[in-house]
Amino acid sequence: MSATITSATVTSAAAILPPRAGLLARFSDLLWRRPSVLLAVLLGPPLLWLGIVYLGSLAALLAQSFFSIDEFSGLIRYQLTLKTYGELFHPANLDIIVRTLLMAASVTVASAIVAFPIAYYAARYARGRWKAFFYLGVMLPLWSSYLVKVYAWKLILAKEGILTWAFAKVGLMPVLDAVLSIPVIGGNSLSVSYIGTFLVFVYVWLPYMILPMQAALERVPASLLEASADQGAVPSQTLRHVLLPLALPGVVAGSIFTFSLTLGDYIIPQIIGSSRLFIGQAVYAHQGTAGNIPLAAAFTVVPVVIMGFYLWGAKRMGAFDAL
Amino acid sequence: MPSERNTKAPMGLKIAAVGGLLFLHLPILLIFVYAFTTEEKSYQWPPPGFTLKWFGVTWNRPDVWEALYLSLQVAAISTVIAIVLGSLCAAAVARSQFFGREAISLLVILPIALPGIITGIALRSAFSLGEIPYSMWTIILGHATFCVVVVYNNAVARFRRTSASLIEASMDLGANGFQTLRHIILPNIGTALLAGGMLAFALSFDEVIVTTFTAGQQATLPIWMLEELVRPRQRPVTNVVAMVVVLVTFLPILGAYYLTRDGDRIAGQGK
Repeated sequence: MSATITSATVTSAAAILPPRAGLLARFSDLLWRRPSVLLAVLLGPPLLWLGIVYLGSLAALLAQSFFSIDEFSGLIRYQLTLKTYGELFHPANLDIIVRTLLMAASVTVASAIVAFPIAYYAARYARGRWKAFFYLGVMLPLWSSYLVKVYAWKLILAKEGILTWAFAKVGLMPVLDAVLSIPVIGGNSLSVSYIGTFLVFVYVWLPYMILPMQAALERVPASLLEASADQGAVPSQTLRHVLLPLALPGVVAGSIFTFSLTLGDYIIPQIIGSSRLFIGQAVYAHQGTAGNIPLAAAFTVVPVVIMGFYLWGAKRMGAFDAL
Repeated sequence: MPSERNTKAPMGLKIAAVGGLLFLHLPILLIFVYAFTTEEKSYQWPPPGFTLKWFGVTWNRPDVWEALYLSLQVAAISTVIAIVLGSLCAAAVARSQFFGREAISLLVILPIALPGIITGIALRSAFSLGEIPYSMWTIILGHATFCVVVVYNNAVARFRRTSASLIEASMDLGANGFQTLRHIILPNIGTALLAGGMLAFALSFDEVIVTTFTAGQQATLPIWMLEELVRPRQRPVTNVVAMVVVLVTFLPILGAYYLTRDGDRIAGQGK
Protein backbone atom coordinates (compact mmCIF):
# COMPACT_ATOMS: atom_id res chain seq x y z
CA MET A 1 0.00 0.00 0.00
CA SER A 2 2.60 2.54 1.07
CA ALA A 3 4.81 1.54 -1.83
CA THR A 4 2.21 2.49 -4.41
CA ILE A 5 1.60 5.82 -2.74
CA THR A 6 5.31 6.55 -2.72
CA SER A 7 5.85 5.77 -6.36
CA ALA A 8 2.84 7.87 -7.30
CA THR A 9 4.30 10.79 -5.33
CA VAL A 10 7.60 10.39 -7.07
CA THR A 11 6.13 10.37 -10.57
CA SER A 12 4.07 13.46 -9.90
CA ALA A 13 7.06 15.22 -8.34
CA ALA A 14 9.17 14.30 -11.34
CA ALA A 15 6.49 15.73 -13.60
CA ILE A 16 6.64 19.10 -11.86
CA LEU A 17 10.36 19.46 -11.12
CA PRO A 18 12.88 19.77 -13.94
CA PRO A 19 15.39 16.92 -14.07
CA ARG A 20 18.24 17.67 -11.72
CA ALA A 21 21.56 18.66 -13.16
CA GLY A 22 24.84 17.02 -12.29
CA LEU A 23 26.03 13.44 -12.32
CA LEU A 24 25.60 12.94 -8.59
CA ALA A 25 22.01 14.14 -8.61
CA ARG A 26 21.16 11.95 -11.59
CA PHE A 27 22.66 8.99 -9.77
CA SER A 28 20.58 9.86 -6.71
CA ASP A 29 17.41 9.96 -8.84
CA LEU A 30 18.28 6.59 -10.30
CA LEU A 31 18.64 5.08 -6.84
CA TRP A 32 15.23 6.38 -5.81
CA ARG A 33 13.45 5.23 -8.94
CA ARG A 34 15.01 1.81 -9.10
CA PRO A 35 15.15 0.25 -5.64
CA SER A 36 16.95 -2.78 -7.06
CA VAL A 37 19.91 -0.58 -8.05
CA LEU A 38 19.93 0.92 -4.56
CA LEU A 39 19.86 -2.56 -3.09
CA ALA A 40 22.79 -3.63 -5.25
CA VAL A 41 24.79 -0.58 -4.20
CA LEU A 42 24.05 -1.24 -0.53
CA LEU A 43 24.62 -4.97 -0.55
CA GLY A 44 27.49 -5.16 -3.01
CA PRO A 45 30.44 -4.23 -0.78
CA PRO A 46 29.49 -6.28 2.31
CA LEU A 47 28.57 -9.30 0.21
CA LEU A 48 31.77 -9.10 -1.79
CA TRP A 49 33.81 -8.87 1.41
CA LEU A 50 32.07 -11.62 3.33
CA GLY A 51 31.63 -13.79 0.26
CA ILE A 52 35.23 -13.62 -0.87
CA VAL A 53 37.16 -13.23 2.36
CA TYR A 54 35.05 -15.39 4.60
CA LEU A 55 33.16 -17.95 2.57
CA GLY A 56 36.16 -18.27 0.26
CA SER A 57 38.38 -19.11 3.21
CA LEU A 58 35.88 -21.59 4.60
CA ALA A 59 35.72 -23.29 1.22
CA ALA A 60 39.52 -23.41 1.08
CA LEU A 61 39.54 -25.01 4.52
CA LEU A 62 36.92 -27.58 3.59
CA ALA A 63 38.83 -28.46 0.43
CA GLN A 64 42.01 -29.06 2.43
CA SER A 65 40.28 -31.64 4.63
CA PHE A 66 39.82 -33.89 1.57
CA PHE A 67 43.56 -33.90 0.86
CA SER A 68 45.93 -36.09 2.78
CA ILE A 69 49.49 -35.97 3.97
CA ASP A 70 52.24 -38.23 2.70
CA GLU A 71 53.65 -40.05 5.73
CA PHE A 72 57.14 -40.30 4.27
CA SER A 73 57.76 -36.88 2.80
CA GLY A 74 55.37 -34.94 5.08
CA LEU A 75 54.07 -33.07 2.05
CA ILE A 76 50.43 -32.54 1.25
CA ARG A 77 49.09 -34.75 -1.55
CA TYR A 78 46.53 -32.83 -3.57
CA GLN A 79 44.25 -35.75 -4.31
CA LEU A 80 40.71 -36.06 -3.10
CA THR A 81 40.45 -38.73 -0.43
CA LEU A 82 38.55 -39.56 2.73
CA LYS A 83 41.65 -40.95 4.39
CA THR A 84 42.12 -37.88 6.60
CA TYR A 85 38.59 -38.19 7.93
CA GLY A 86 39.34 -41.83 8.70
CA GLU A 87 42.20 -40.69 10.91
CA LEU A 88 39.72 -38.87 13.13
CA PHE A 89 38.53 -42.28 14.29
CA HIS A 90 41.90 -43.37 15.63
CA PRO A 91 41.50 -43.94 19.38
CA ALA A 92 43.76 -41.01 20.27
CA ASN A 93 41.78 -38.58 18.12
CA LEU A 94 38.45 -40.00 19.20
CA ASP A 95 39.54 -39.45 22.81
CA ILE A 96 40.13 -35.79 22.06
CA ILE A 97 36.69 -35.39 20.52
CA VAL A 98 34.89 -37.17 23.38
CA ARG A 99 36.84 -35.21 26.01
CA THR A 100 35.95 -31.90 24.36
CA LEU A 101 32.28 -32.86 24.07
CA LEU A 102 32.07 -33.88 27.72
CA MET A 103 33.73 -30.64 28.79
CA ALA A 104 31.40 -28.55 26.60
CA ALA A 105 28.35 -30.34 27.98
CA SER A 106 29.34 -29.95 31.64
CA VAL A 107 30.33 -26.31 31.14
CA THR A 108 26.94 -25.64 29.55
CA VAL A 109 25.01 -27.27 32.41
CA ALA A 110 27.05 -25.47 35.08
CA SER A 111 26.69 -22.10 33.35
CA ALA A 112 22.93 -22.55 33.13
CA ILE A 113 22.73 -23.26 36.86
CA VAL A 114 24.91 -20.31 37.88
CA ALA A 115 23.29 -17.97 35.35
CA PHE A 116 19.68 -18.65 36.30
CA PRO A 117 19.46 -16.68 39.57
CA ILE A 118 21.24 -13.68 38.04
CA ALA A 119 19.03 -13.69 34.95
CA TYR A 120 15.85 -14.25 36.94
CA TYR A 121 16.58 -11.53 39.47
CA ALA A 122 17.53 -9.06 36.74
CA ALA A 123 14.45 -9.91 34.68
CA ARG A 124 11.83 -9.92 37.40
CA TYR A 125 12.91 -7.94 40.42
CA ALA A 126 15.53 -5.39 39.32
CA ARG A 127 14.02 -2.03 38.40
CA GLY A 128 15.42 1.33 37.36
CA ARG A 129 18.96 1.84 38.50
CA TRP A 130 19.32 -1.74 39.70
CA LYS A 131 18.37 -2.94 36.26
CA ALA A 132 21.15 -0.85 34.69
CA PHE A 133 23.51 -2.08 37.40
CA PHE A 134 22.78 -5.72 36.59
CA TYR A 135 23.00 -5.08 32.88
CA LEU A 136 26.42 -3.44 33.13
CA GLY A 137 27.41 -6.03 35.72
CA VAL A 138 27.01 -8.69 33.04
CA MET A 139 28.19 -6.57 30.11
CA LEU A 140 31.54 -5.44 31.54
CA PRO A 141 32.86 -8.95 32.26
CA LEU A 142 31.49 -10.11 28.91
CA TRP A 143 33.44 -7.49 27.02
CA SER A 144 36.58 -7.24 29.09
CA SER A 145 39.64 -8.87 27.67
CA TYR A 146 39.43 -12.64 27.29
CA LEU A 147 43.13 -13.12 27.97
CA VAL A 148 43.05 -10.93 31.05
CA LYS A 149 40.22 -13.06 32.42
CA VAL A 150 42.17 -16.24 31.77
CA TYR A 151 45.22 -14.65 33.33
CA ALA A 152 43.25 -13.67 36.41
CA TRP A 153 42.33 -17.33 36.89
CA LYS A 154 45.93 -18.35 36.53
CA LEU A 155 46.60 -16.07 39.48
CA ILE A 156 43.65 -17.45 41.43
CA LEU A 157 44.30 -21.13 40.83
CA ALA A 158 48.09 -21.08 41.23
CA LYS A 159 49.44 -23.25 44.03
CA GLU A 160 50.59 -20.16 45.94
CA GLY A 161 47.49 -18.20 44.88
CA ILE A 162 44.47 -16.78 46.62
CA LEU A 163 42.26 -19.87 46.49
CA THR A 164 44.74 -22.14 48.24
CA TRP A 165 45.34 -19.36 50.74
CA ALA A 166 41.61 -19.03 51.41
CA PHE A 167 41.17 -22.79 51.85
CA ALA A 168 44.08 -22.82 54.29
CA LYS A 169 42.69 -19.83 56.22
CA VAL A 170 39.35 -21.50 56.93
CA GLY A 171 40.99 -24.87 57.55
CA LEU A 172 39.55 -26.64 54.53
CA MET A 173 42.90 -27.69 53.07
CA PRO A 174 42.06 -31.41 53.46
CA VAL A 175 38.97 -30.87 51.29
CA LEU A 176 41.03 -29.26 48.53
CA ASP A 177 43.62 -32.02 48.71
CA ALA A 178 40.91 -34.68 48.58
CA VAL A 179 39.36 -33.06 45.51
CA LEU A 180 42.73 -32.79 43.80
CA SER A 181 43.53 -36.43 44.48
CA ILE A 182 40.46 -37.61 42.53
CA PRO A 183 41.84 -39.42 39.48
CA VAL A 184 41.33 -37.90 36.00
CA ILE A 185 39.77 -34.58 37.06
CA GLY A 186 42.31 -33.84 39.82
CA GLY A 187 45.97 -32.99 39.51
CA ASN A 188 48.99 -31.45 41.12
CA SER A 189 47.29 -28.12 41.66
CA LEU A 190 44.03 -26.62 40.47
CA SER A 191 45.77 -24.80 37.63
CA VAL A 192 46.88 -28.05 35.99
CA SER A 193 43.65 -30.03 36.49
CA TYR A 194 40.41 -30.45 34.55
CA ILE A 195 38.61 -28.80 37.45
CA GLY A 196 40.63 -25.66 36.75
CA THR A 197 39.88 -25.78 33.03
CA PHE A 198 36.21 -26.29 33.80
CA LEU A 199 36.06 -23.35 36.24
CA VAL A 200 37.68 -20.99 33.76
CA PHE A 201 35.37 -22.08 30.93
CA VAL A 202 32.31 -21.50 33.12
CA TYR A 203 33.61 -18.11 34.20
CA VAL A 204 34.50 -16.88 30.72
CA TRP A 205 31.29 -17.99 28.98
CA LEU A 206 28.83 -17.29 31.80
CA PRO A 207 27.69 -13.86 30.49
CA TYR A 208 26.77 -15.46 27.15
CA MET A 209 24.33 -17.65 29.04
CA ILE A 210 22.90 -14.88 31.23
CA LEU A 211 21.86 -12.49 28.45
CA PRO A 212 19.57 -14.74 26.36
CA MET A 213 18.21 -16.34 29.54
CA GLN A 214 17.29 -12.93 30.90
CA ALA A 215 15.67 -11.99 27.59
CA ALA A 216 13.52 -15.13 27.72
CA LEU A 217 12.60 -14.66 31.39
CA GLU A 218 11.55 -11.08 30.78
CA ARG A 219 8.90 -12.35 28.39
CA VAL A 220 7.33 -14.64 31.00
CA PRO A 221 4.25 -12.78 32.28
CA ALA A 222 4.33 -12.36 36.05
CA SER A 223 0.59 -13.06 36.12
CA LEU A 224 1.25 -16.67 35.13
CA LEU A 225 3.52 -17.14 38.14
CA GLU A 226 0.95 -15.53 40.41
CA ALA A 227 -1.79 -17.72 38.97
CA SER A 228 0.32 -20.78 39.65
CA ALA A 229 0.78 -19.67 43.25
CA ASP A 230 -2.94 -18.91 43.57
CA GLN A 231 -3.74 -22.44 42.47
CA GLY A 232 -1.75 -23.69 45.43
CA ALA A 233 1.63 -24.47 43.87
CA VAL A 234 4.60 -24.02 46.18
CA PRO A 235 7.46 -21.94 44.70
CA SER A 236 9.47 -25.01 43.71
CA GLN A 237 6.49 -26.38 41.77
CA THR A 238 5.97 -23.05 40.01
CA LEU A 239 9.64 -23.04 39.13
CA ARG A 240 9.55 -26.55 37.72
CA HIS A 241 6.21 -26.54 35.92
CA VAL A 242 5.75 -22.92 34.84
CA LEU A 243 8.94 -20.89 34.86
CA LEU A 244 11.49 -23.39 33.53
CA PRO A 245 9.44 -24.61 30.56
CA LEU A 246 8.78 -21.01 29.53
CA ALA A 247 12.43 -20.03 30.00
CA LEU A 248 13.77 -23.06 28.15
CA PRO A 249 14.21 -21.39 24.73
CA GLY A 250 16.46 -18.80 26.39
CA VAL A 251 18.49 -21.51 28.09
CA VAL A 252 18.91 -23.32 24.79
CA ALA A 253 19.90 -20.08 23.07
CA GLY A 254 22.53 -19.43 25.72
CA SER A 255 23.77 -22.99 25.52
CA ILE A 256 24.50 -22.49 21.82
CA PHE A 257 27.18 -19.98 22.84
CA THR A 258 28.64 -21.86 25.80
CA PHE A 259 28.73 -25.11 23.84
CA SER A 260 30.16 -23.73 20.63
CA LEU A 261 32.72 -21.52 22.34
CA THR A 262 33.98 -24.40 24.49
CA LEU A 263 34.23 -26.70 21.47
CA GLY A 264 36.48 -24.30 19.60
CA ASP A 265 38.64 -22.85 22.34
CA TYR A 266 42.30 -23.79 22.47
CA ILE A 267 43.80 -21.13 24.70
CA ILE A 268 42.12 -21.89 28.02
CA PRO A 269 43.08 -25.61 28.13
CA GLN A 270 46.57 -24.67 27.01
CA ILE A 271 47.11 -22.22 29.85
CA ILE A 272 45.04 -23.82 32.59
CA GLY A 273 44.69 -27.57 32.46
CA SER A 274 46.44 -30.86 32.06
CA SER A 275 48.52 -31.73 29.01
CA ARG A 276 45.73 -33.76 27.42
CA LEU A 277 44.44 -32.09 24.27
CA PHE A 278 41.09 -30.61 23.31
CA ILE A 279 39.84 -30.24 19.72
CA GLY A 280 41.07 -26.67 19.44
CA GLN A 281 44.55 -27.58 20.64
CA ALA A 282 44.67 -30.53 18.26
CA VAL A 283 43.79 -28.24 15.36
CA TYR A 284 46.43 -25.77 16.41
CA ALA A 285 49.11 -28.43 16.86
CA HIS A 286 48.38 -30.12 13.54
CA GLN A 287 48.43 -26.98 11.48
CA GLY A 288 51.45 -25.52 13.27
CA THR A 289 54.46 -27.61 14.14
CA ALA A 290 53.18 -30.84 12.58
CA GLY A 291 52.26 -29.12 9.33
CA ASN A 292 49.40 -31.57 8.82
CA ILE A 293 46.88 -29.06 7.52
CA PRO A 294 44.50 -31.70 6.10
CA LEU A 295 44.04 -33.34 9.51
CA ALA A 296 43.69 -29.93 11.18
CA ALA A 297 41.01 -29.04 8.64
CA ALA A 298 39.20 -32.35 9.22
CA PHE A 299 39.29 -31.65 12.97
CA THR A 300 37.61 -28.26 12.50
CA VAL A 301 34.82 -29.92 10.58
CA VAL A 302 33.89 -31.83 13.79
CA PRO A 303 32.67 -28.78 15.77
CA VAL A 304 30.98 -27.41 12.65
CA VAL A 305 28.99 -30.61 12.18
CA ILE A 306 28.18 -30.87 15.89
CA MET A 307 27.06 -27.23 15.97
CA GLY A 308 25.01 -27.82 12.82
CA PHE A 309 22.99 -30.52 14.56
CA TYR A 310 22.83 -28.45 17.73
CA LEU A 311 21.50 -25.41 15.90
CA TRP A 312 18.98 -27.53 14.03
CA GLY A 313 17.69 -28.92 17.32
CA ALA A 314 17.70 -25.48 18.91
CA LYS A 315 15.70 -24.01 16.05
CA ARG A 316 13.06 -26.67 16.52
CA MET A 317 12.80 -25.68 20.19
CA GLY A 318 12.27 -22.05 19.24
CA ALA A 319 15.57 -20.89 20.68
CA PHE A 320 16.20 -18.34 17.94
CA ASP A 321 13.31 -16.17 19.05
CA ALA A 322 15.12 -15.74 22.37
CA LEU A 323 18.35 -14.47 20.84
CA MET B 1 4.63 -6.01 34.75
CA PRO B 2 4.73 -7.62 38.17
CA SER B 3 2.23 -6.23 40.62
CA GLU B 4 3.47 -4.03 43.45
CA ARG B 5 2.95 -6.46 46.29
CA ASN B 6 5.12 -9.02 44.58
CA THR B 7 8.30 -7.05 43.96
CA LYS B 8 10.36 -8.39 46.86
CA ALA B 9 12.71 -11.15 45.88
CA PRO B 10 13.19 -14.25 48.03
CA MET B 11 16.37 -14.07 50.09
CA GLY B 12 17.93 -17.15 48.52
CA LEU B 13 17.49 -15.77 45.02
CA LYS B 14 19.04 -12.46 46.05
CA ILE B 15 22.08 -14.16 47.54
CA ALA B 16 22.56 -16.39 44.49
CA ALA B 17 22.25 -13.42 42.12
CA VAL B 18 24.67 -11.23 44.04
CA GLY B 19 27.03 -14.19 44.46
CA GLY B 20 26.95 -14.74 40.71
CA LEU B 21 27.81 -11.11 40.04
CA LEU B 22 30.69 -11.27 42.52
CA PHE B 23 31.94 -14.41 40.78
CA LEU B 24 31.99 -12.39 37.56
CA HIS B 25 33.80 -9.38 38.97
CA LEU B 26 36.21 -10.44 41.73
CA PRO B 27 38.72 -12.13 39.38
CA ILE B 28 39.03 -8.93 37.36
CA LEU B 29 39.50 -6.84 40.50
CA LEU B 30 42.24 -9.23 41.61
CA ILE B 31 44.30 -8.14 38.58
CA PHE B 32 44.33 -4.60 39.99
CA VAL B 33 45.87 -5.80 43.23
CA TYR B 34 48.52 -7.87 41.48
CA ALA B 35 49.64 -4.87 39.41
CA PHE B 36 51.08 -3.36 42.59
CA THR B 37 52.74 -6.41 44.12
CA THR B 38 56.43 -6.51 44.94
CA GLU B 39 56.62 -10.25 44.28
CA GLU B 40 58.43 -11.02 41.02
CA LYS B 41 58.78 -14.76 40.70
CA SER B 42 55.45 -16.28 41.67
CA TYR B 43 51.73 -15.50 41.99
CA GLN B 44 51.94 -15.39 45.77
CA TRP B 45 48.88 -14.29 47.74
CA PRO B 46 48.65 -12.17 49.83
CA PRO B 47 51.22 -9.91 48.13
CA PRO B 48 54.26 -9.41 50.36
CA GLY B 49 54.27 -5.66 49.66
CA PHE B 50 53.06 -2.96 47.32
CA THR B 51 55.03 -0.84 44.90
CA LEU B 52 54.54 1.46 41.92
CA LYS B 53 57.85 0.38 40.43
CA TRP B 54 56.35 -1.89 37.73
CA PHE B 55 54.43 0.93 36.11
CA GLY B 56 57.74 2.65 35.38
CA VAL B 57 59.33 -0.57 34.12
CA THR B 58 56.38 -1.22 31.82
CA TRP B 59 56.47 2.35 30.54
CA ASN B 60 60.07 1.84 29.40
CA ARG B 61 59.46 -1.43 27.58
CA PRO B 62 59.55 -0.83 23.81
CA ASP B 63 57.95 -4.20 22.99
CA VAL B 64 54.83 -3.27 24.97
CA TRP B 65 54.56 0.05 23.14
CA GLU B 66 55.01 -1.59 19.73
CA ALA B 67 52.31 -4.16 20.49
CA LEU B 68 49.97 -1.46 21.77
CA TYR B 69 50.57 0.69 18.70
CA LEU B 70 49.88 -2.20 16.33
CA SER B 71 46.72 -3.15 18.23
CA LEU B 72 45.40 0.40 18.05
CA GLN B 73 46.15 0.63 14.32
CA VAL B 74 44.49 -2.70 13.56
CA ALA B 75 41.45 -1.89 15.70
CA ALA B 76 41.01 1.56 14.13
CA ILE B 77 41.21 0.39 10.52
CA SER B 78 39.05 -2.71 11.13
CA THR B 79 36.46 -0.53 12.84
CA VAL B 80 36.25 1.84 9.87
CA ILE B 81 35.80 -1.06 7.45
CA ALA B 82 33.24 -2.69 9.74
CA ILE B 83 31.23 0.55 10.05
CA VAL B 84 31.05 0.98 6.27
CA LEU B 85 30.16 -2.65 5.51
CA GLY B 86 27.91 -3.14 8.53
CA SER B 87 25.81 -0.03 7.96
CA LEU B 88 25.41 -0.74 4.23
CA CYS B 89 24.26 -4.23 5.01
CA ALA B 90 21.91 -3.04 7.76
CA ALA B 91 20.38 -0.42 5.45
CA ALA B 92 19.66 -3.07 2.83
CA VAL B 93 18.20 -5.61 5.24
CA ALA B 94 16.12 -3.16 7.27
CA ARG B 95 14.66 -1.23 4.34
CA SER B 96 13.62 -3.85 1.86
CA GLN B 97 12.36 -7.34 1.32
CA PHE B 98 14.32 -9.41 -1.12
CA PHE B 99 15.22 -12.96 -1.92
CA GLY B 100 17.90 -14.30 0.41
CA ARG B 101 17.44 -11.68 3.12
CA GLU B 102 17.59 -14.27 5.91
CA ALA B 103 20.70 -15.78 4.36
CA ILE B 104 22.44 -12.43 4.55
CA SER B 105 21.78 -12.00 8.26
CA LEU B 106 23.15 -15.49 8.75
CA LEU B 107 26.23 -14.73 6.64
CA VAL B 108 26.98 -11.63 8.73
CA ILE B 109 26.60 -13.50 12.02
CA LEU B 110 28.48 -16.62 10.94
CA PRO B 111 32.05 -15.34 11.54
CA ILE B 112 31.16 -14.83 15.18
CA ALA B 113 28.85 -17.83 15.62
CA LEU B 114 31.41 -20.37 14.47
CA PRO B 115 34.29 -20.96 16.88
CA GLY B 116 37.09 -18.46 16.31
CA ILE B 117 39.58 -21.19 15.57
CA ILE B 118 37.61 -22.09 12.44
CA THR B 119 37.61 -18.52 11.14
CA GLY B 120 41.30 -18.34 11.98
CA ILE B 121 42.45 -21.52 10.34
CA ALA B 122 40.17 -20.91 7.33
CA LEU B 123 41.81 -17.53 6.74
CA ARG B 124 45.24 -19.01 7.27
CA SER B 125 44.74 -21.79 4.77
CA ALA B 126 43.32 -19.27 2.29
CA PHE B 127 46.41 -17.07 2.75
CA SER B 128 48.72 -20.00 2.23
CA LEU B 129 46.82 -21.21 -0.85
CA GLY B 130 46.88 -17.70 -2.27
CA GLU B 131 50.49 -17.16 -1.15
CA ILE B 132 49.63 -13.91 0.59
CA PRO B 133 52.43 -12.83 2.96
CA TYR B 134 51.42 -12.15 6.57
CA SER B 135 51.31 -8.49 7.52
CA MET B 136 49.24 -6.01 9.45
CA TRP B 137 46.74 -6.20 6.60
CA THR B 138 46.12 -9.92 6.99
CA ILE B 139 45.27 -9.27 10.65
CA ILE B 140 42.89 -6.49 9.60
CA LEU B 141 41.26 -8.74 7.01
CA GLY B 142 40.29 -11.18 9.77
CA HIS B 143 39.27 -8.56 12.32
CA ALA B 144 37.06 -6.57 9.95
CA THR B 145 35.23 -9.76 8.99
CA PHE B 146 33.99 -10.51 12.49
CA CYS B 147 33.57 -6.84 13.50
CA VAL B 148 30.91 -6.27 10.82
CA VAL B 149 28.33 -8.09 12.91
CA VAL B 150 28.41 -5.74 15.92
CA VAL B 151 27.96 -2.64 13.77
CA TYR B 152 25.27 -4.44 11.79
CA ASN B 153 23.33 -5.43 14.92
CA ASN B 154 23.32 -1.90 16.29
CA ALA B 155 22.49 -0.26 12.96
CA VAL B 156 19.71 -2.68 12.05
CA ALA B 157 17.96 -2.09 15.37
CA ARG B 158 18.14 1.68 14.88
CA PHE B 159 16.95 1.52 11.28
CA ARG B 160 13.89 -0.40 12.42
CA ARG B 161 13.04 2.34 14.90
CA THR B 162 13.58 5.18 12.43
CA SER B 163 10.41 5.99 10.55
CA ALA B 164 10.55 5.58 6.78
CA SER B 165 8.26 8.57 6.34
CA LEU B 166 11.11 10.87 7.43
CA ILE B 167 13.06 9.85 4.37
CA GLU B 168 10.05 10.16 2.10
CA ALA B 169 9.29 13.61 3.51
CA SER B 170 12.85 14.71 2.83
CA MET B 171 12.61 13.52 -0.76
CA ASP B 172 9.22 15.18 -1.22
CA LEU B 173 10.72 18.45 -0.10
CA GLY B 174 13.21 18.24 -2.92
CA ALA B 175 16.32 16.79 -1.29
CA ASN B 176 18.21 14.31 -3.39
CA GLY B 177 19.36 10.97 -2.04
CA PHE B 178 22.72 12.20 -0.83
CA GLN B 179 21.25 15.23 0.90
CA THR B 180 18.75 12.94 2.62
CA LEU B 181 21.57 10.63 3.64
CA ARG B 182 23.56 13.51 5.08
CA HIS B 183 20.80 15.48 6.80
CA ILE B 184 18.22 12.83 7.71
CA ILE B 185 19.61 9.32 7.79
CA LEU B 186 23.05 9.87 9.29
CA PRO B 187 21.89 12.07 12.19
CA ASN B 188 19.29 9.42 13.00
CA ILE B 189 21.57 6.41 13.00
CA GLY B 190 24.74 8.25 14.03
CA THR B 191 24.82 7.24 17.69
CA ALA B 192 24.03 3.63 16.81
CA LEU B 193 26.94 3.58 14.39
CA LEU B 194 29.18 5.18 16.99
CA ALA B 195 28.15 2.61 19.59
CA GLY B 196 28.64 -0.24 17.14
CA GLY B 197 32.00 1.19 16.16
CA MET B 198 33.12 1.38 19.79
CA LEU B 199 32.17 -2.22 20.38
CA ALA B 200 33.89 -3.27 17.16
CA PHE B 201 36.98 -1.44 18.37
CA ALA B 202 36.89 -3.20 21.73
CA LEU B 203 36.32 -6.55 20.03
CA SER B 204 39.25 -6.09 17.67
CA PHE B 205 41.53 -4.67 20.36
CA ASP B 206 40.97 -7.79 22.45
CA GLU B 207 40.90 -10.52 19.80
CA VAL B 208 43.50 -13.26 20.09
CA ILE B 209 42.23 -16.54 18.63
CA VAL B 210 41.83 -15.46 15.02
CA THR B 211 44.88 -13.21 15.28
CA THR B 212 47.25 -16.05 16.17
CA PHE B 213 46.45 -17.51 12.75
CA THR B 214 46.53 -14.34 10.68
CA ALA B 215 49.59 -12.64 12.17
CA GLY B 216 53.12 -13.44 11.09
CA GLN B 217 55.92 -11.91 13.13
CA GLN B 218 53.84 -8.98 14.35
CA ALA B 219 52.52 -9.07 17.89
CA THR B 220 49.32 -7.28 18.82
CA LEU B 221 48.84 -6.61 22.52
CA PRO B 222 46.78 -9.80 23.10
CA ILE B 223 49.40 -11.86 21.23
CA TRP B 224 52.06 -10.30 23.42
CA MET B 225 50.04 -11.24 26.51
CA LEU B 226 49.50 -14.77 25.27
CA GLU B 227 53.25 -15.23 24.85
CA GLU B 228 53.80 -13.93 28.38
CA LEU B 229 51.18 -16.35 29.68
CA VAL B 230 52.72 -19.35 27.98
CA ARG B 231 56.35 -18.41 28.67
CA PRO B 232 56.43 -15.81 31.47
CA ARG B 233 59.43 -13.49 31.31
CA GLN B 234 58.61 -10.67 33.66
CA ARG B 235 55.37 -11.40 35.47
CA PRO B 236 54.86 -7.97 37.09
CA VAL B 237 54.94 -6.29 33.67
CA THR B 238 52.19 -8.65 32.49
CA ASN B 239 50.16 -7.70 35.57
CA VAL B 240 50.41 -4.00 34.76
CA VAL B 241 49.57 -4.52 31.08
CA ALA B 242 46.56 -6.66 32.06
CA MET B 243 45.25 -3.90 34.30
CA VAL B 244 45.69 -1.25 31.61
CA VAL B 245 43.91 -3.45 29.06
CA VAL B 246 40.92 -3.81 31.40
CA LEU B 247 40.70 -0.05 31.90
CA VAL B 248 41.09 0.69 28.18
CA THR B 249 38.33 -1.73 27.12
CA PHE B 250 35.88 -0.52 29.80
CA LEU B 251 35.70 2.96 28.29
CA PRO B 252 34.22 2.03 24.88
CA ILE B 253 31.79 -0.42 26.53
CA LEU B 254 30.45 2.22 28.89
CA GLY B 255 30.33 4.72 26.01
CA ALA B 256 28.38 2.33 23.81
CA TYR B 257 25.99 1.64 26.68
CA TYR B 258 25.19 5.30 27.24
CA LEU B 259 24.72 5.91 23.51
CA THR B 260 22.18 3.13 23.03
CA ARG B 261 20.49 2.77 26.40
CA ASP B 262 17.20 4.50 25.46
CA GLY B 263 15.10 1.94 23.72
CA ASP B 264 17.22 -0.68 22.11
CA ARG B 265 19.24 -2.74 24.47
CA ILE B 266 21.32 -4.35 21.80
CA ALA B 267 24.68 -2.76 22.27
CA GLY B 268 26.64 -5.83 23.13
CA GLN B 269 24.57 -8.62 21.72
CA GLY B 270 26.21 -11.35 19.75
CA LYS B 271 29.80 -10.56 20.56
